[in-house]
Amino acid sequence: MSVVNRASLPNQLDPWKTSTVTVNRLRAHTSGVFSIDLSFEDPDVGKQFEFVPGQFNMLYVPGVGEAAISIAGTNVSGMLQHTIRTVGAVTTAIEKGGVGMSLGLRGPFGRGWPLEPVTNSTAKVSTSTKNDHPKNGDVIIVAGGIGLAPLRSMVEHIGSRRAEYGTVSIVVGARSPGDLLYQDEYEDWRSRKMKVICTVDRASLDWKGQIGVVTLLLERLEISHPSLTTFMTCGPEVMMRYAAKSAINRGIPEAQIYVTLERNMNCAIGLCGHCQLGPNFICKDGPVFRYNSVSALLRVQEL
Amino acid sequence: MPTFSTKSQPVKPVNQQPSMSTSYRIPKSDLQRLIELLRCDGYTVVGPKVEDDAIVYAEIGHIDELPKGFRNSQDPGKYRVEQTGHKNLFEFNVGPHSWKQFLFPPRAMVASGTREANRWTFETPPEQQPKFAFLGVRSCELAAIAIQDRIFLQGSYVDPIYKARRESALIIAINCTVAASTCFCTSMKTGPKCRIGYDLALTELEDGFVIQSETERGRSLLTTLKPDEAIDKDLEEARILEQRAVEQISKQLDTTNIRDLLLGNLEHPRWDEVSTRCLSCTNCTMVCPTCFCSSVSEVVDLTGDSVHRQREWDSCFNLDFSYTANGIVRNDRRSRYRQWLTHKLASWYDQFDSSGCVGCGRCITWCPVGIDLTEEVAAIRQPPSSNRMLPVIALPNATCVLTKETKE
Ligand SMILES: Cc1cc2nc3c(=O)[nH]c(=O)nc-3n(C[C@H](O)[C@H](O)[C@H](O)COP(=O)(O)OP(=O)(O)OC[C@H]3O[C@@H](n4cnc5c(N)ncnc54)[C@H](O)[C@@H]3O)c2cc1C
Ligand code: SF4
Ligand code: SF4
Ligand code: FES
Repeated sequence: MSVVNRASLPNQLDPWKTSTVTVNRLRAHTSGVFSIDLSFEDPDVGKQFEFVPGQFNMLYVPGVGEAAISIAGTNVSGMLQHTIRTVGAVTTAIEKGGVGMSLGLRGPFGRGWPLEPVTNSTAKVSTSTKNDHPKNGDVIIVAGGIGLAPLRSMVEHIGSRRAEYGTVSIVVGARSPGDLLYQDEYEDWRSRKMKVICTVDRASLDWKGQIGVVTLLLERLEISHPSLTTFMTCGPEVMMRYAAKSAINRGIPEAQIYVTLERNMNCAIGLCGHCQLGPNFICKDGPVFRYNSVSALLRVQEL
Repeated sequence: MPTFSTKSQPVKPVNQQPSMSTSYRIPKSDLQRLIELLRCDGYTVVGPKVEDDAIVYAEIGHIDELPKGFRNSQDPGKYRVEQTGHKNLFEFNVGPHSWKQFLFPPRAMVASGTREANRWTFETPPEQQPKFAFLGVRSCELAAIAIQDRIFLQGSYVDPIYKARRESALIIAINCTVAASTCFCTSMKTGPKCRIGYDLALTELEDGFVIQSETERGRSLLTTLKPDEAIDKDLEEARILEQRAVEQISKQLDTTNIRDLLLGNLEHPRWDEVSTRCLSCTNCTMVCPTCFCSSVSEVVDLTGDSVHRQREWDSCFNLDFSYTANGIVRNDRRSRYRQWLTHKLASWYDQFDSSGCVGCGRCITWCPVGIDLTEEVAAIRQPPSSNRMLPVIALPNATCVLTKETKE
């Protein structure tokens, strides 16, 4: 299993070819969200499996169906990790199946997050800062609820190349403190000089963090080099729109703002038509998009 | 006394090796020889046939099965076939079927799974290679096949089922000599004259066919038929008949800036108006030769240890097509009709560098309430324009897939 440093992967295999994977570990988070570690039945297939943070797999429960699930990262022994919210047939079957369950997997699919920081030379808008010495690009990550899952592998990617990035801020929003995903990893992220700020809609008595929607937090976040900042967000569509709007207000160029979109997915390979949003097939042109390529479409209801 | 047929002309010597640029002529009975040759070669010959009061595409074993003497009349929401006095085999236009159903089957198995000792193994089916010879493919249908080639063969992923069927298919095209009131191929620059994408092309004369080959496969079939070279009189008759089809075409779709027009009018009041008529029945998407949407469903045996994954045609008019756990995206008929029309005529350019419509008119004929997409576009061209205009998304140099055919 390896993370590759390319934005998208060619996939010449039979797109319906399905690999057998086994659930090795199941970790329950709160309110119907759980994470699984998957191992490939055929170790060679596992070794050849490469993905870009932000890509997704189709997890298949035979007889029930497939579900598009983002790649949340890999564990210490290189097993694929997915974080799933139980909402219906496939997700419930996986949760019930638990450790030892045999599943099908197709993937990885789609385009992932930008893997390079913005630099002075790549910045879309010339920097108006006084000092012209090269500066590493900053990153702001904004996640709502389970939206942190596809961003977790991005956080890992940045962590592993930390010196190439400037300031890194991770803003996590959840309904309640118990709903904050991957809490046990925040200390590790912080130790690698990534700022982790949490906010919840409903606080518990012992909650010491912020209360309120992520956009309020964003407004107060220090952004010293907007033109050199990459902004990545995943969460409910409304949240992403407000987050992107506030990023734009703070001077971050639209082309450096990335959002992830969700639509019905059936084939994941651009052939079934389900996932269309205007000209885009979310499965192959996304799920990660530059905000300026979809913002106009997102404003139209029921498109 | 020797009799001279007034029709007889000095016949040019038989050409041993028919060339691709030359037109030949064959008697109508030679079509039977062609069918037999193809069947000997392992082809399943598919052609037009009258079934259930419609001209459909089905397996053909004999020339007598073709709709000899039949005509069709088509109008929005109306289709009728009638037997008339003429002796022609192909004097009608497209019906409810298209070649799509053979290349992209309505139902196909994409994968299967077997469980043993609680462990699943998965397989993709071996590529079965049904070998089709399509007899009587119209020019707009050649264009539709070219469009589906772009979808299934020329994108980032290739569809193995379409590929296997398409690669072995042989195409015998027919130039239209009549047109229905619903045809608008001249607007879409897809017909009525067949220009590319066939192995053999026919024009039906009163007592024979003018025939041309475009590929090596077509040429070698022609060689076996040992045809005469067509003479000027045949070519003139063919030209007049083909011109008759052009002149019978009355429907038009103004395609000027059509992509920007539609994507810039996503809130046009016409979408509300059409949604009061549209039944969301999916007919238009089922008969359309370019629509490609599908869904995979599970077919499980009684033990639950063996599963087949079956892909079936689906439609953006179905409510659950856009289902997500957060709700259905296109909840009303307005948004579903808008998806259909804007996909066909606008966003298709971004996705596949061509229109998604070839002007065959099927969706007009087979719409139970007779909605005519050309009228919908015309209405959207009319003011009052949208009160909420959407900034048009820039499209990097769109070209038409069919430009080679546009030189009319
Ligand atoms: C790119 C992408 C990444 C995703 N990543 C994650 C993730 O990391 N974790 C997570 O928990 N969820 C994720 N989802 C959402 C997840 O795909 C759906 O919640 C899941 O398909 C629901 O399946 P179900 O059978 O449990 O639900 P049901 O309501 O029973 O669904 C019925 C059927 O609808 C189909 N369907 C297709 N697309 C969707 C969809 N978007 N939402 C709901 N049903 C759909 C399913 O395949 C399923 O067979 C992602 C979605 C997309 C598009
Ligand atoms: S949209 Fe209608 S006229 Fe156009 S190709 Fe499809 S069925 Fe034919
Ligand atoms: S018009 Fe609808 S059914 Fe046809 S290809 Fe487009 S989305 Fe699919
Ligand atoms: S999921 Fe099938 S086209 Fe995108």
